Amino acid sequence: MTDTPAPRFAPGTRVTVRDDWPERRGPCHIRTPHYLRGRPGTVQRVLGAFANPEDLAFGRPAPKRVLYHVLFEQPPLFGEGRPGDDVLVEVFEHWLEPAAERQAA
Amino acid sequence: MSTPARPQSLADLEALVAALKARGIVTEEELAARQAQTDRASPEIGARMVARAWTDPAYRALLLSDGAAAAEAMGVSMAGAPPLGVLEDTAGRHHVIVCTLCSCYPRAVLGYPPHWYKSFAYRARVVREPRAVLAEWGTTLPDNVEVRVVDSTADYRWMVLPLRPAGTEGWSEEQLMALVTRDVLVGVALPVPPRAAAAE
Amino acid sequence: MPDPDRTPATHDIGGLSRYRCVPVEHDEAPPDEFGRRVDALRQILAAKRMMTVDELRRGIEAIPPDEYFELTYYERWLRSITTLMLEKGAVSAEELKR
Repeated sequence: MTDTPAPRFAPGTRVTVRDDWPERRGPCHIRTPHYLRGRPGTVQRVLGAFANPEDLAFGRPAPKRVLYHVLFEQPPLFGEGRPGDDVLVEVFEHWLEPAAERQAA
Repeated sequence: MSTPARPQSLADLEALVAALKARGIVTEEELAARQAQTDRASPEIGARMVARAWTDPAYRALLLSDGAAAAEAMGVSMAGAPPLGVLEDTAGRHHVIVCTLCSCYPRAVLGYPPHWYKSFAYRARVVREPRAVLAEWGTTLPDNVEVRVVDSTADYRWMVLPLRPAGTEGWSEEQLMALVTRDVLVGVALPVPPRAAAAE
Repeated sequence: MPDPDRTPATHDIGGLSRYRCVPVEHDEAPPDEFGRRVDALRQILAAKRMMTVDELRRGIEAIPPDEYFELTYYERWLRSITTLMLEKGAVSAEELKR
């Protein structure tokens, strides 16, 4: 397909999910679960490009966005769990940023 | 528990259907046909795919690279269905599928999602305390097996390819299929190995 | 401490503490006739390009919290589908009252 954007992140890239809360600003439809906002993860796989659900939900023209499978360590998300367990989630590219260099403590 | 819909909701549905019929948007025949078609999908489809993957390396490769193509190869029409991804359990990793935001489920190959999959408790808890939820199914994983929770949030639907239990060498696809329940395909249960099954 | 600027939307319940000790009920009952009919209706309207699954979800997510948790699964669907059909002018409020 000609309108398929090229992926910005390759598998293995460390990324951070944007710490954004559009649901607090007004009507919206987002597929990035709240528990991932601001969290670091690793791109596992590029899943393809799909029409942006945030637009589809309101019947707007919906340009395709790259969708990734991103892997997150599970225990840090909720402060509990077993080391080694993880969570694998589909996240759209516009919700991802390159991982910050070691956040200041 | 699955509570029945309120009488008002039944009436609301019929009012909406009547209005859509009056506008020529739907017909009773279309509704009946679509319902019958949806009723036909069942976890047996997914179980057949897994059993075949356990016995046919080429099919296994197809299943893992393109679940929808693998379903089509079994005669399932995936037209209009979301892409299907299949995640392979290994000796060191087990997958369990959830949709925390709604109820995304690989309906084309598993049928209607069960009530518990759509429940608030399952959606909220699996991602946070997966081992506790699995234990409620009687599923206890060895210490050296890591759990990977798959939150199905977007355009794919996901199914688990479990490990083939030891002791099933030489089994037919039909025999293997019987080990692969819907719960196994979602990842809340493991295929019961033959010795344990015999002891039950 | 809960941060009002980071409160998840109603439907966004992954990991919420209030479900901590709520067992998952292993209810195996298949959808009833009402649910299957709502389901079929949604599929037909999607096939006719009168609504998308994303719009269905947006409509469900817009249900006020008390009702969201009170309605059954397919009642939430019906609420959303009805709202969408009204929004798109496929049916009118008067027609629904007949």
